[in-house]
Amino acid sequence: MRKFILNYLIPRIGQYLMVIFVGVTLTFIIPRLSPNDPVETQVSQMMMSGSHVSPEEIEHLREALTEMYGLSGSPWEQYLAFWGRLLRGDLGPSLSTFPTPVSTLLGRAMPWTFGLLLTAVLISWVIGNVLGAIASYHEGNPAIRLVDILSQAVRPIPYYIMALVLLVVFAYYIPIFPFSGAYPPGMHVELSWSFAMTVIRHSILPALSLILIGLGGWFIGMKSLTSNIISEDYVVYAENAGLRQNTILYQYVMRNALLPQITGLALQLGLIFSGALIMEVVFGYPGMGLLTLQAVMANDYTLIMGITLLSIVGVATSVLILDFIYPLFDPRVRHQ
Amino acid sequence: MTLLQVEDLRAYYRTEVYGISRSVRAVDGVSLVLNHNEIYGIAGESSCGKTTLIKVISGTIKPPLRVESGSVRYNFKAFDVDMLNIDEDDLRLNVRWKEISYVMQGSMSVLNPVRKIIRTFEDIVKTHQGLPDKKLFLEHTRTHVRTLGLPADVLNLYPHQLSGGMRQRVAIALATVFHPSLIIADEPTTALDVVVQRGVLHMLKAIQEQSANTVLLVTHDLAVHANVADRVGIMYAGRIVEEAPTRIIFNEPRHPYTQHLIQSLPVIGDKSPKASLSGAPPSLANPPSGCRFHPRCPMAMEICLTETPEMIRLTPQHRVACHLMTGARA
Amino acid sequence: MLTVIRDLLKYDGRFRVAFVFLLMIFSLAVLSVVSPHDPGATFKVPADVPPSLSRPFGTNSRGQDLFWWMAFAVRNSLLLGLVTAIVSRVIAIFVGLTSGYRGGTIDRVLMSINDSFVVLPVLPILILLSFLFQGRLNLMSLAIILGLFGWPWDARLIRAQVLSLKERAFTRTSVYSGASPFRTSMKEHFPFVLPIVFATTINNMLWAIGFEVTLSVLGLSDVTIPTIGTAIYWANQHQALVAGIWWWLGAPIIVAIVLFLGLYLLFSSLNEYIDPRTRLRRIGA
Repeated sequence: MRKFILNYLIPRIGQYLMVIFVGVTLTFIIPRLSPNDPVETQVSQMMMSGSHVSPEEIEHLREALTEMYGLSGSPWEQYLAFWGRLLRGDLGPSLSTFPTPVSTLLGRAMPWTFGLLLTAVLISWVIGNVLGAIASYHEGNPAIRLVDILSQAVRPIPYYIMALVLLVVFAYYIPIFPFSGAYPPGMHVELSWSFAMTVIRHSILPALSLILIGLGGWFIGMKSLTSNIISEDYVVYAENAGLRQNTILYQYVMRNALLPQITGLALQLGLIFSGALIMEVVFGYPGMGLLTLQAVMANDYTLIMGITLLSIVGVATSVLILDFIYPLFDPRVRHQ
Repeated sequence: MTLLQVEDLRAYYRTEVYGISRSVRAVDGVSLVLNHNEIYGIAGESSCGKTTLIKVISGTIKPPLRVESGSVRYNFKAFDVDMLNIDEDDLRLNVRWKEISYVMQGSMSVLNPVRKIIRTFEDIVKTHQGLPDKKLFLEHTRTHVRTLGLPADVLNLYPHQLSGGMRQRVAIALATVFHPSLIIADEPTTALDVVVQRGVLHMLKAIQEQSANTVLLVTHDLAVHANVADRVGIMYAGRIVEEAPTRIIFNEPRHPYTQHLIQSLPVIGDKSPKASLSGAPPSLANPPSGCRFHPRCPMAMEICLTETPEMIRLTPQHRVACHLMTGARA
Repeated sequence: MLTVIRDLLKYDGRFRVAFVFLLMIFSLAVLSVVSPHDPGATFKVPADVPPSLSRPFGTNSRGQDLFWWMAFAVRNSLLLGLVTAIVSRVIAIFVGLTSGYRGGTIDRVLMSINDSFVVLPVLPILILLSFLFQGRLNLMSLAIILGLFGWPWDARLIRAQVLSLKERAFTRTSVYSGASPFRTSMKEHFPFVLPIVFATTINNMLWAIGFEVTLSVLGLSDVTIPTIGTAIYWANQHQALVAGIWWWLGAPIIVAIVLFLGLYLLFSSLNEYIDPRTRLRRIGA
């Protein structure tokens, strides 16, 4: 057990911290590379809005903003202060909805994104893998071949285009599903059955776009994996031993093919997350994607920073969780 | 009565890709007979077709492999089987592992890496016999494994926790769970060091003596045959070129290829230089005309280039396929 | 080379489709050279005209002929993909070769950074970047920045290849004959690495163009430059769907689908062609 912790868990946790470190540092450096000075932008915005402010008040404003943006002191001091605030969970106030803290806005939007992602990823991963495994055994089956061709056709299409196509077809031409939002504006957020139904109805299109593309990808990957594994020694041996095809499919082929798929999921989480963000923009879904768009439109510097940081931490943590789940499936890693 | 009759078997691999079709004639006219209660060895270089022959004999024929002609017939204790025409389910439930079991080449990786050894045993027993009493099954398996010289707690381990030699022996233990009439062992000792080799061969011999069944042992290593086999068949380029009891093969080889194989075996005290055969084993997709061995045969005659030699029976137990033998019948 | 193309055309359906698609895309891009309209100019032609024979893609609400606009868009998107692919290939080759060959601490550090880049969600960072450059992000800078993020996947592949090459005899011969590590890497290992590089280039281009579409749609790139993404951006800005001008959205979507499918099918069929397993079967009987 101790060897396992040493050889597997510790490096994984180390990698996790490294990702967070690289991500946070990038998020710190990038704004400081920009030619725009957020303080000046803010100040000029205020001045242009026509309010009468005296020069001393502007100076005060400048100081306050500099402090708030964490731009006071040497770069190194700023960096440390940045980390300090981060660890305390203080992401600063949102500029467009002053003084609401960024964390509150994020807290409101995150559950939507998280829910959408979780359902979409789970459904597409599970179904895609099961179909892919079965596909290797029933290659001639016309239904399987259709899925195969569709998956190959859909795979390179960016999430955005797929969402648009679905939107045009299902909300415009055949108005089954609503255009946007997670619930009609003005509706009260509550824990009731009718609310849940409305949410589900609104979420179907965004979830569907994510699921369709994801499913295609996992299907293709699993199919090629299983056709490799089928020629592996232990599968041939099992067949020679006369085991039933179902047993071979589940216990021998899938159990082994799932391992790289779990790793694959961990590696793709970043991409899937990006896809979900776009999906939310297209469908007006009130998650982090839409929040990002609003932040960009409103020039809300701190909000964008907050979103970036949360995305990095969120994805990295999910990967870590997957890393912890993997040994449950692969005994070779457990007994290194 | 004999256990297995193979008559003029031809099995080819046909591939077609990007407009180029190839036909690899891996087994091109093989006839042999296996008796009950013997160890029969097949010797030959790599890609002489031995693995294909085994695949057909054990009924694992999958495209692009196709049987072109010939027959494979078994006479088991309770029933007969025509391997080439048997129903797939019948084969799976009644023949596989119960009458014929197959220990594959490179048994390092024949065990499912994500399952404990005992579970693999369970899978096999459950499929063929059902598992009504788990405790009884565990007892049985432990005894079986111990009889073969393996420690009983090997059952609770994962394959990657065992050494290569152990895995090989576990594979053999798995193959003998039902005491089948025919055990096919494909290169069981390759990639193992000599000490472990001895253990594996010991195990095979013990099993054969105990159950009085037949073992078909395929390996290029003549030393293994010398140790274990009762009869040996030499295979070259998809055909059997000579077959005789082990002693006779080693002391009186008749086919030039066999003679060369025997001559090149190192003998303690013999310091004479060994000549190697010129050329390389022929491509099975484009085999030489007539006798397949003629490009490399030091005694090739004109007839060897055009006519494929038939199997001639020199003595009731010794068969050779070589034009040199015509006229030298017993 | 030509026999390869002929073989693929004859036997691989995917390649045929890819060939046709890419031919269309390529011709469209080349046509941009002879375009009668300047893509930046607006209201040169009557606005909101549906597609017809003289105007195959129709016109948009800004009075631009969509056909010629898309010609420029396709050219720009292809260029962007190419530049990103080149930049990230160079980095990937450098990192992969060094990491694989040197091993030890350098390997561990490089791979750790590599894995961080793989896990990092690129979109939020890109959004942050483009936001800060306030729409002054021109095509070339975007391509280079994308290249800075697109290398980790391939670096790992290249490293794996180098690791297996390191054990081969010719590597040791090179080292023992006194070649510097750099020389060994470049002259001996590089040719083996090329097929991987080539195979992943197309994939990388797909990825880059996809990202460009996303960023442009959010209005984060220079929207005066015609690309597939900015086409959609402008369509959204003018509420094309609501106003019933479906061809404004339809043109970029269809072009995008043809481009992506073409590239992907090309990638897929080439991959299978150079796969050593099918190669063996291809060697003549």
